Amino acid sequence: MSEITLRINGKQRRVTVEGRTLLVDLIRDQMNLTGTHVGCDTSQCGACVVKLDGDTVKSCTVLTATLPEGTEITTIEGVSTGDLHPMQEAFSKCHGLQCGFCTPGLVVTAIDIVERSPDGLSASQVRKALKGNLCRCTGYQNIVASVLEGARAMGVQVTEEKETV
Amino acid sequence: MKDTPEKPFKGRLEDRRFLTGKGRYVADITLARQCYMGQVLSTHAHARILSVDTSEAETMPGVIAVLTGADCAADGLGTVPPFFMPSLWGGPEGYATQRKILVDDRVRCVGERIAIVIAETADDARVAAETIMVDYAPLPVVTDARAATEADAPKLWDDNENGNISVSIPMGDKAATEAAFADAEVTIKRRLLSPRIAPFSLEPRVSVGNYDEADDRYTLYTSSQDPHGVRSNIARNVLKIAESRLRVVSPDVGGGFGLKAHMHPEDALVLWASKHVGRPVKWLGTRSECMLTDTQGRGQEIEVEIAATKAGKLTAIRAEAWTNLGAYFWGTATPPLFFAMQLIPNIYDVGAVDLTNHAVFTNLPPMSVYRGAGRPEATYLAERMMDELAAELGMDQAEIRKINAIAPDAMPYTTATGMTYDSGAFADMIDAAARVSDWSGYDARAEESRAKGRVRGRSLISYVEVAGVMNERMEIKFEPDGTVTIVAGTHSHGQGHATVFSEMVADWLSVPVENIRYVQGDTDKVLIGRGTFAARSSMLGGTALLRAKDALIERAKLMAAILLEADKDSLDFADGMFKVRDSNKAIALTEVAKMYYIPAGPANALGLGLTGEGTSAGKPGAAPNYPNGTMVCEVEVDPRTGALTVDRLAALDDVGRILNSTICEGQIHGGIAQGMGQALMEEMVFDEDGQLTSGSLMDYCLPRAEHMPDIASELSEVTCTTNPLGVKGIGESGAIGAPVAIVNAVLDAVRPLGVAHIDMPVTQAKLWSALRDAEAAQ
Ligand code: FES
Ligand code: FES
Repeated sequence: MSEITLRINGKQRRVTVEGRTLLVDLIRDQMNLTGTHVGCDTSQCGACVVKLDGDTVKSCTVLTATLPEGTEITTIEGVSTGDLHPMQEAFSKCHGLQCGFCTPGLVVTAIDIVERSPDGLSASQVRKALKGNLCRCTGYQNIVASVLEGARAMGVQVTEEKETV
Repeated sequence: MKDTPEKPFKGRLEDRRFLTGKGRYVADITLARQCYMGQVLSTHAHARILSVDTSEAETMPGVIAVLTGADCAADGLGTVPPFFMPSLWGGPEGYATQRKILVDDRVRCVGERIAIVIAETADDARVAAETIMVDYAPLPVVTDARAATEADAPKLWDDNENGNISVSIPMGDKAATEAAFADAEVTIKRRLLSPRIAPFSLEPRVSVGNYDEADDRYTLYTSSQDPHGVRSNIARNVLKIAESRLRVVSPDVGGGFGLKAHMHPEDALVLWASKHVGRPVKWLGTRSECMLTDTQGRGQEIEVEIAATKAGKLTAIRAEAWTNLGAYFWGTATPPLFFAMQLIPNIYDVGAVDLTNHAVFTNLPPMSVYRGAGRPEATYLAERMMDELAAELGMDQAEIRKINAIAPDAMPYTTATGMTYDSGAFADMIDAAARVSDWSGYDARAEESRAKGRVRGRSLISYVEVAGVMNERMEIKFEPDGTVTIVAGTHSHGQGHATVFSEMVADWLSVPVENIRYVQGDTDKVLIGRGTFAARSSMLGGTALLRAKDALIERAKLMAAILLEADKDSLDFADGMFKVRDSNKAIALTEVAKMYYIPAGPANALGLGLTGEGTSAGKPGAAPNYPNGTMVCEVEVDPRTGALTVDRLAALDDVGRILNSTICEGQIHGGIAQGMGQALMEEMVFDEDGQLTSGSLMDYCLPRAEHMPDIASELSEVTCTTNPLGVKGIGESGAIGAPVAIVNAVLDAVRPLGVAHIDMPVTQAKLWSALRDAEAAQ
């Protein structure tokens, strides 16, 4: 057992964790932030993606006790306060979600993809950048459209409007 | 409704909670004092259980109880039969298995549940479960369905008089087929395989059980597509209690695809365990555990032969299939057995057929429905063979299909397998798909591929789906304040029912959509329902909803007549108003509705509350609908490496009247991705001992964004005549057409290089080997 202070969705939290406590379990079970999901046990689905000090990580791969004091964590619940984030709006408008299980991880990932692409983004770049996220419902087409729509709303230029059919 | 610039898709009503992390999945449920269940799963595919030693587990930290099959027997728990057998669909009687929720005598596949541990935490439960020693006496194993029909094959069910065959379903006309083959100008024979694949909802299965001693009642929270079906099965067969003493709640469900269309042993185990320990019990399936214990889809080998004229007209099809049931006849395994045969004629006038499907027990985990449920197998056969015939005769892929397509003026048309298509413009769909996909621009693209050292191939395939099984019930209720609640018997887990059904009711009643609440998935709130699977909800849910609306309006009319002091038969309902014909007297429906809730006054005579209920029926018994479509696919293959890209994929779908085009297209995209997984990468692989070797995402490959082409999807509206809304289903279409669209395109690309046949999944390694073999043979 060890104690650690984290900033989760902007709030300072002092938590007690076991050596084996995964970040995803801390988030879900102790913080009761159930928007972060678990879809696999081999770190391959991306349902658990959160932001950790500015990077996206699969929270099922992180041992909480190893995090530096004061680590900043943003989950889907912290992506926006009040109104939806433009990326959330875009997912809804472009029907980028069906059952919604993959959605939190995808939205967090999508925002990160756009933030890392200030010079513009194309559909094929989005497809590549989504390699860590699985969705079994949508066939990805509307997810790609959502990310591009979100990019536009976040002020990033979309360089390849329509994918080559 | 088609999206238009004036009325664009604005998102779904249910989206917000999913987008903000507020979805309510079963894993998110935490009940006070809950504890956790861990399982001991069989590591042998076939063995007698000699002993189960739980002594160490019982002393482990956090352990509350350890339960085995012996405890099940002591508590008098019952066994689980199939949801229904083929005899209910007009097939022969077969051997129906009875499955124990904890097995104590003989395991028949890996992943059988042998014991459970209830502990304070999920980790405690799992760690303790690992210490339980099961002593097995291994028995011989058979994993292949056809091999299991051999006389000397290990037998799974000793009292099955038919060896390992549960049931053989025959279809068609043997004599007519033989006659057609005797006259045939061309015959072609093939052996085709549709391997087992995993439905793989992204949300793993999960259940929470809670026994409440105060009213001697159980509550199950489970990730299910059909909560009432789960309730019936557990109450009747396992717990042997009145159904009203079990409540089943399925809140948000993270994908189903047929996997969650029936109960799983864990659903019963958490309830029983909860009663034992006097606390709520939660089971969170890990992905590896689910890979091993989930039901799987497909699993068919088929020998097919077609007869045709030299002009390319089919005259007969005969086929014999072996479907790998696994160890049990489980869940809803019946529909795929039928659909895999019934839909073989597809959009074609095929002449005579003689078909048999053997459902065979093997030492694999149980098969049940997976998106498409037999229809992809049938379509795979029909369209593979159509291309073989085209190749044999040197004909164009579109041309040969149009020669054989059933003409619109032949509708209603009954196929040689007894399906009556009410509507469909199949040849037009082929022409339209060719246009959508730039069929005529192909040669230039093929040339470009050649210049890069690649070969291009294409396919054009058609499919028919049969949608709308069983019956359904919906309710519409006005609340005292004039807002509306829809209580749905269907179950949306991604399909957007909360939006589509609410929009329909909003439109019919002229009530703002924000004033409509949508309720589903709780057997205490929904009187009865069948849930959602088999592309059934648009027709059956929609029709029942329409009838509920009609019933509600009829009842509202009684009150309107009193309030307007008019004769009930002189009232018309339009735009949310009751109007007295030939007068200017009118009153709004919402005002009428509120009067049903006032406690006193003359209107009281009509009794309390304004609700309407409606029911509907589909196949068998009443007519289903037949969505259909055409897909065009182009692939590029690198002949040196076998690397394969699906470059273009266009789908034209006849969905009947469109309820929401964006949601329809979403269903099509998702189905196509699953079909692509089946065609190119997915396979549940078992070794000869029946051990699963593709037990996690490390070995089981699912399509990712970069594998998928940008799909060109268009909808066509050929109104269905078997339901008042004119709708057809959409949930499975993509998964039905895509596998063969992709495989045919691959074969078209590599046939000139000497590769005449390839089986799914067409992995790069398989394609590379086929290319090298062909090279060596030349
Ligand atoms: S749960 Fe973390 S990647 Fe799947
Ligand atoms: S929306 Fe269901 S997994 Fe992506």
